[in-house]
Amino acid sequence: MERDDLIVNDSYSINARHSEEEGKKIRKKLYFVTILLTVITIIEIFMGVAFKRNGTFTWETIKLAFVILTLVKAAYIVLVFMHLGDERKNLKYVVLLPYALFILYLIFIGLYEGLSVQSLHNTFG
Amino acid sequence: MSGHAEAVSKDKLWGGGSSPFSISYGKMMMWYFLVSDALTFGGLLTAYGVIRHASSDPWPVGEQVFESLPLITGSFPLIYVALMTFILIISSVTMVLAVEAGHRMDKKGVIKWMGYTVLGGLFFLTSQAWEWSHFIHGSGGGFQISAPMSVTGADESGANMTVELNGGAWVHMTSELGHAYEHALEHGDHIEVKGGNLIITPAHHEAAHGEHAHAEHGHDAHAEAGPTTLPLEIILNKYVLEHKDGKDIRKIKVTGAEAEKVMNGMASNTLVFGANLHKNEYAVQQQYANFFFFITGFHGFHVMQGVVINIVIFLMALRGVFERRGHYEMVEKVGLFWHFVDLVWVFVFTFFYLV
Repeated sequence: MERDDLIVNDSYSINARHSEEEGKKIRKKLYFVTILLTVITIIEIFMGVAFKRNGTFTWETIKLAFVILTLVKAAYIVLVFMHLGDERKNLKYVVLLPYALFILYLIFIGLYEGLSVQSLHNTFG
Repeated sequence: MSGHAEAVSKDKLWGGGSSPFSISYGKMMMWYFLVSDALTFGGLLTAYGVIRHASSDPWPVGEQVFESLPLITGSFPLIYVALMTFILIISSVTMVLAVEAGHRMDKKGVIKWMGYTVLGGLFFLTSQAWEWSHFIHGSGGGFQISAPMSVTGADESGANMTVELNGGAWVHMTSELGHAYEHALEHGDHIEVKGGNLIITPAHHEAAHGEHAHAEHGHDAHAEAGPTTLPLEIILNKYVLEHKDGKDIRKIKVTGAEAEKVMNGMASNTLVFGANLHKNEYAVQQQYANFFFFITGFHGFHVMQGVVINIVIFLMALRGVFERRGHYEMVEKVGLFWHFVDLVWVFVFTFFYLV
């Protein structure tokens, strides 16, 4: 079989080209995302160090905030850096939906099982 | 990039003859590979969550385990990992700039940004090597006590506090005491706990190893001196937090006779310095170090592969292979892998260090 990555002037690859003008716009977006990711990381570190594991802000809230901030970071990396946001809708769904379904189930069943093991351990020693 | 997908009518989209995703075969397969690799990492992190949720002993707190910087003493919680995260994010940015330059057929731009990406990757790997080394060596040492006891020590504000420790509770020596103890064990010195002090009597090197060994150890101060006396200092809850009566109990410092009581209660064969695959000083749970080694190690292995592939692509760009081919799509495909490595680290960072 012919390796399509070696095809000279492959149409899909050629279509990915853009002009200087578009390049400037794209770079602007990339710099914005860079600053955003850095700021989120700094906020996360600040939260991790500043908030005690109890107190007025419950630690559970902080943990939830960590997860949300992480998902925001992940979304920017996948959609902007990996260009998934610019791909056709069908590719987005093929990549994201099966993964989301499977991993959400895995997390649910895993953590549920873990807590169950812990409660058994606490009850029966 | 935006708007590059050709317009194809819906009824023709899946009819063959063209890619329904409007991307090349290679790029599609890279996405499929990344989905499967993401499932592997998702499985590992979920397994970590399962063990952590199933554990009834306190789990180590990231900001307390990882609080050191190379060459500097003092407490800098999470700063080093933050730096590693930042390096990886920046190398992801330089990668995407290389991809963007490739879309403009800008050979010089691709070479420049690929070069920076390789440097960022190497920087990250070096940092991780230090991180592992620090984790393996540890600071001080930890051990379990054999029987329940009540111990009085000073909490962070200096107020006296009495804690009931269960049998099997995990306690730590301060780093100075721990290092002296480890050193003494390595040299086969005699260790004695007496009067709130640790007394180390050096083994006689001349008698044990002869003249040659004496010359070798000549620079070692304790080889010629008499017994060394160190005040006992035990830290309770060094890497974990416990909530009791609405208060965080951490870093209770125990000295004098109370510390002697704890030292004498040491369960046999539980003393550990740093971490290995069987036990670690940070927690009762050996899985803590196991997961650290496996997850960050597996990720680090991905980074290493990424750096090697990036170097290959850098050299190919340098030799003008892509320019002759008419497109820089290989840079984009390798970029996908590199961003994925960054993506995984974002999750490892959150679930291993922060939460």
